Amino acid sequence: MKNLYKPAALAAIALLVASAPAMAQSLDQTINEGFANATGWFVNFIFSPFPGTTFPWIVMWLVIAATIFTVYFGFIQFRAFPHSIALVKGDYSDPNDAGEVSHFQALATALSGTVGLGNIAGVAVAVGIGGPGATFWMILAGLMGMASKFTECTLGVKYRNEYEDGTVSGGPMYYMTKGFSERGLPAGKFMAILFSVFCILGALGGGNMFQANQAHAQITNVVGDYPGWITGIVFAGIVFAVIVGGLKSIASVTEKVVPFMGVLYVLTALVILIMNADMIGWALGEIFVGAFTGAGVAGGMVGALIQGFKRAAFSNEAGVGSAAIAHSAVKTKEPITEGFVSLLEPFIDTVVICTMTALVIIITGQLVSDPNTGLYLLDEGASTIQTVDGNKGVALTSAAFSSAIPFFKYILAVAVILFAFSTMISWSYYGLKAWTFLFGEGQAKELAFKVIFCIFVVIGASASLGPVIDFSDAAIFAMAVVNIVALYFLMPIVKGELDSYLSRLKSGEIKKFQ
Amino acid sequence: MSHKIVVGYDGSDSSKAALAFATDLAKAQGGSIVVAHVLDWSPYSFLTPTELEERHKRRNEELERAEAAILTPAVEGLKVSGLEIETALKYGGIAATLGNIAKDSGADQIVIGRNGEPGLTSRVFGSVAISLAQGAPVPVTIVP
Repeated sequence: MKNLYKPAALAAIALLVASAPAMAQSLDQTINEGFANATGWFVNFIFSPFPGTTFPWIVMWLVIAATIFTVYFGFIQFRAFPHSIALVKGDYSDPNDAGEVSHFQALATALSGTVGLGNIAGVAVAVGIGGPGATFWMILAGLMGMASKFTECTLGVKYRNEYEDGTVSGGPMYYMTKGFSERGLPAGKFMAILFSVFCILGALGGGNMFQANQAHAQITNVVGDYPGWITGIVFAGIVFAVIVGGLKSIASVTEKVVPFMGVLYVLTALVILIMNADMIGWALGEIFVGAFTGAGVAGGMVGALIQGFKRAAFSNEAGVGSAAIAHSAVKTKEPITEGFVSLLEPFIDTVVICTMTALVIIITGQLVSDPNTGLYLLDEGASTIQTVDGNKGVALTSAAFSSAIPFFKYILAVAVILFAFSTMISWSYYGLKAWTFLFGEGQAKELAFKVIFCIFVVIGASASLGPVIDFSDAAIFAMAVVNIVALYFLMPIVKGELDSYLSRLKSGEIKKFQ
Repeated sequence: MSHKIVVGYDGSDSSKAALAFATDLAKAQGGSIVVAHVLDWSPYSFLTPTELEERHKRRNEELERAEAAILTPAVEGLKVSGLEIETALKYGGIAATLGNIAKDSGADQIVIGRNGEPGLTSRVFGSVAISLAQGAPVPVTIVP
């Protein structure tokens, strides 16, 4: 009797297995559509053009802010660069403070939150849409963003909360409330609440879904296609183990491997550039010419500029406010020192690492141009540039690196997963800080946020790149809207700190310990 | 000239042997003892955001624990000797920090044991003996 059922059972299982991918694909599709519908209005608002132009007002907002900070602080990012490095080396650290958070540690942790897929996938998106010229604007935005970062991180340390048990909490929420009331300005609390709401969305978007999405893209690129929700569940499980289960070992291993991966990534990029040394001049030419002519990309020069600025801001988060949370735990008597240290962050992230990615994509000839006119050829939708194998996002970067060093795609896959993971851990922390600012501390409340965070890992891995990247950008830029308003009102405080510190440094009152 | 001896101490058997050796030496020469414990620490390590947030708190806890579990018992044990005792508790690279403690306290020699206990905060010895022999500002005695 039993044997009779056997073939039927086997057939049923076979049918189930065969239909699983189809079911899974439709699950991915459902998540994707639902997500796009739910977030569309928000994305449209953030990226609506400045009246009468095609230029998104938010990009203009970031550019103007970075320019104002750069000028207001007298090109501090260039003046203070050597001093910043001396601070990170510990030349000015009191040996009696050993065992406390050093400048180096604060910078390294903040960097592992920002160095991530923005540098690998984001740049590929920028160059894939805006052409090589986007690189020029990206570097410029990185250099200017150093001043924004300087401003927000100084304030983050100055107005942090130090609790009786010795822990610290800082970030825009705190300088908005404490700084505004100190200056007798209204609406500090309101802004802090608004910022926290956007910070939570940013943590779920760019700090989570975009990472999960591109990590999945990278894995399928190496092992072949399979449904995104599987990656999502695995990732969510590991993130859950770390942020809820307190599995510190995974987080600390990641924290140690990520810097190593970052260095390996840059070195590999340098090797590829040296292998193609004769092309570097040409690539730089493409970048400069493209920056001002557009070289046929959608939207021309403005298109290149928008992409460059967007991806730079997304990658280094200058003006967004997230770094102010990460940097505020440092041990220093002078808040401005952490401002100096933090200005290295956009430099390393954008000017060095992002530029490497862009150069490798350009130099390995991934973008298809018309041999007669030199203009880039566009895809059917006329929004992105044709690539050799039709790759986009992280797959484009992977193809570029693999074309020079074939096995590098495996190393890159590991790097992407680790970067994605460390960025998720950092952003889960930023999001949690905003969450507890809104709802208060308490285990149940914190657990609620952490569970939501893990659910969004699955959504991010399942949805397609378009809606995810739109929402991620929109949420992160929404943080910048509120944060930069606060920075404008509080920048005289930073100026006061800066002048006082520089005069004491000059008079020898602030001395080196080493 | 009064002799001051820095003893690298982590509560391990070999560090106890070093302390006993230094005590005899101080008694014979009429000197004093600095019981020094160093918590291994590099400002260039990588921490997670949560670790950063809690660092100051953890540091206080680590200092209290070292004071209570390592230095206080050692000082209690030395009371009968009638010697003048100081303690030093620092964070840093172990060999370099012991050298600095000797310099700052005006000690004229360092005594350490040869084999310490393995473990994160008690890695006072081992290759520390070699680095100290190479870099210390004062003579170093290594007690087996």
